[in-house]
Amino acid sequence: MKSLVQKIRNGLSRTRSSLVDGIGKAITGRVRLDEDLLEIIEERLIAADMGVNTAMAVIDVLREKLDHRDRDDPSAVFDVIKDDLLQRLQRVNGAATQPEASEKPYVIMVVGVNGVGKTTTIGKLAHLYKMEGKSVILGAADTFRAAAQEQLAIWAERAQVALVRNKPGADPASVAFDTVSAAQSRGADVVLIDTAGRLHTRSNLMEELKKIRRVIERKQPGAPHEVLLVLDATTGQNGLAQAKQFHEAVQVTGIVLTKLDGTAKGGIVFAIQEELQLPVLFVGVGEQIDDLQPFDPETYVEALFA
Amino acid sequence: MLQELTEKFEGVFRKLKGHGKITEKHVSETLRDIRRVLLEADVNYKVVKQFVAAVQEKAVGADVIRSVTPAQQIIKIVHDELAALMGGSETPIRMANIPPTIIMAVGLQGSGKTTFCGKLANKLKKQSKHPLLVGADLQRPAAVEQLRVLGDQIGVAVYSDLNARPVDVCKQGFKLAREHGHDVIILDTAGRLHVDDALMDELFEIKETLKPHEILFVADGMTGQDAVNAALAFQERLDFTGVVLTKMDGDARGGAALSIKAVTQRPIKFIGVGEKLDALENFHPDRMASRILGMGDIVSLVEKAQETIDQEKARKLEKKLRRAEFTLEDFYEQIQQVKKMGPLSQLIGMMPGMGGKALKNIEVDDRALVRIEAIINSMTPEERRRPQIINGSRRMRIARGSGTSVQDVNRLLKQYFAMQKMFKQLNKKGLWNKLQLPL
Repeated sequence: MKSLVQKIRNGLSRTRSSLVDGIGKAITGRVRLDEDLLEIIEERLIAADMGVNTAMAVIDVLREKLDHRDRDDPSAVFDVIKDDLLQRLQRVNGAATQPEASEKPYVIMVVGVNGVGKTTTIGKLAHLYKMEGKSVILGAADTFRAAAQEQLAIWAERAQVALVRNKPGADPASVAFDTVSAAQSRGADVVLIDTAGRLHTRSNLMEELKKIRRVIERKQPGAPHEVLLVLDATTGQNGLAQAKQFHEAVQVTGIVLTKLDGTAKGGIVFAIQEELQLPVLFVGVGEQIDDLQPFDPETYVEALFA
Repeated sequence: MLQELTEKFEGVFRKLKGHGKITEKHVSETLRDIRRVLLEADVNYKVVKQFVAAVQEKAVGADVIRSVTPAQQIIKIVHDELAALMGGSETPIRMANIPPTIIMAVGLQGSGKTTFCGKLANKLKKQSKHPLLVGADLQRPAAVEQLRVLGDQIGVAVYSDLNARPVDVCKQGFKLAREHGHDVIILDTAGRLHVDDALMDELFEIKETLKPHEILFVADGMTGQDAVNAALAFQERLDFTGVVLTKMDGDARGGAALSIKAVTQRPIKFIGVGEKLDALENFHPDRMASRILGMGDIVSLVEKAQETIDQEKARKLEKKLRRAEFTLEDFYEQIQQVKKMGPLSQLIGMMPGMGGKALKNIEVDDRALVRIEAIINSMTPEERRRPQIINGSRRMRIARGSGTSVQDVNRLLKQYFAMQKMFKQLNKKGLWNKLQLPL
């Protein structure tokens, strides 16, 4: 298993090079931090999907913090941006989900729009907890998408954990209910509930999601202990709308940022943290079962600028 | 779809419209707002830069500031540029002269390739084609199973072989298609990151072996700035022939559509607009531009007027108006011109701010026009040229002839004389040169 930093770095290397090269190129041949340069830096931040608001806020901080003396020093520019981004990420403190021994079973519900990698993330999470010696049960509550349950079954097999499933088209809430009760009677440590991908604008489907949550809650007071929103790193500014809607419907507790091994940057998490105070808990950096890592703001920002 | 972007644009333009006179400052402020709107819509920043520059250049060239309707001018420029960026006309699927037509779907993970393949097969089947779905995604767990379930739902055959190489599955699928008389083969390939060279090689091999007639790059409509990188990487390696945008039924602003089109110059052929298997629409570039703007309404109104109003006649009319020689004949001519543009209710719906809610409370009476037309029709040519000769008995005759009342005739004549008086005053005060008719 590659080290955490290594993996994220590999994943982010292209991000890093585009950001650093861009800013570096902009600075080469210039000594002063002038408006043109600020605009170039702003563009680079926007290119990372951070959004206009965040980018402008970072620029404002940069402008404010750099007095005339510093403006002649390119490395100071980097340091200020880096510190600022890190601060933004650390404003919301979130540690990777650690199932409490006292909460048994520890129920984690996984939600998100279509195609972000919910099922894959659950497979990886199952593996992670299994490796920690915990007993895990998966609930295939995506009864809508064709072969979603088969996909989860394959992951269950890979991670060697149990799976509760029902017929396609069955009520997803009933699958969630069955999963939690199976976990209770078997004394399992962790329950992972997969849900069908849905666009956050579909109010009827969001109602269905609320129902799944309610049913879990009723079966086990205090559950679900975590509601993870899976977010594709390639998602643009719509990610904020997604986070808002899912948060409103099922009280999201954290974000899993997937597909960070491409060229996408996932910069929208800055806006999500700013607005909803939702921490990023995990990052997905590949297709293998161990390609899920706890999110570490320092590594993330460090990898962006290393 | 794209509602949010539309709303944002409306906001920008509303600000602009509040000003009777527009200064250069307004123009540059508007451009800054437009830049922001596009960036927030996930249009790639480089594309935005080009776009704003193009609009600026045109805006300066078109003398927006001095024109009477600067807001409309800028809107039109933005719309035209947007439409140009989106590409010309609708592009259908290219069908092979000798079947089977081979269509290959490629794209990143989770972009919706498998669902798209199912939807496309469904669409083709409805067009009396006989498609075969080939599951060449042997990478993602249960991807082939997903394709099989979709195939079952729409009654389309599915072929795959989990123990073969993807390229061999495709070859075998081709063979089967010929044997069984399938006229279209749809290849569902594994999703991959564009940085994954091994998997890109696999796709390239399929392309080289099967020589598909269409390679469609399936992209998530919610993608951000990275859309451009992925699209370019796939284009470089596979030189795809068209683009499919999925998940366009959400509230994503669809900037990816603009970006991908702009950098690859490949047409967008379909958009996915829902979870059901019939939720696949052909892509209409012009409509999309209009939808993004939300001001498409006024743009098409302006265009409609440009198309239908006879410029020559308009010039003649202007001359007459200047000399206050405007007759009922000219008035009649005007009505004909307006009628050519479509029903009044539709025209009013095109006016900015009149769409939707505002229109609910207004009843537009197309028959009012018909009545006026009938009245003028019942006049003699002499009466139309010199309405002042229309006395009481003529009025009664006209009313009878047109099936209206004398009051209706009187009202029309009163309006006509009021107009004439207004034009005379305009001439006297030399206001003509300040008031350019938007004809």
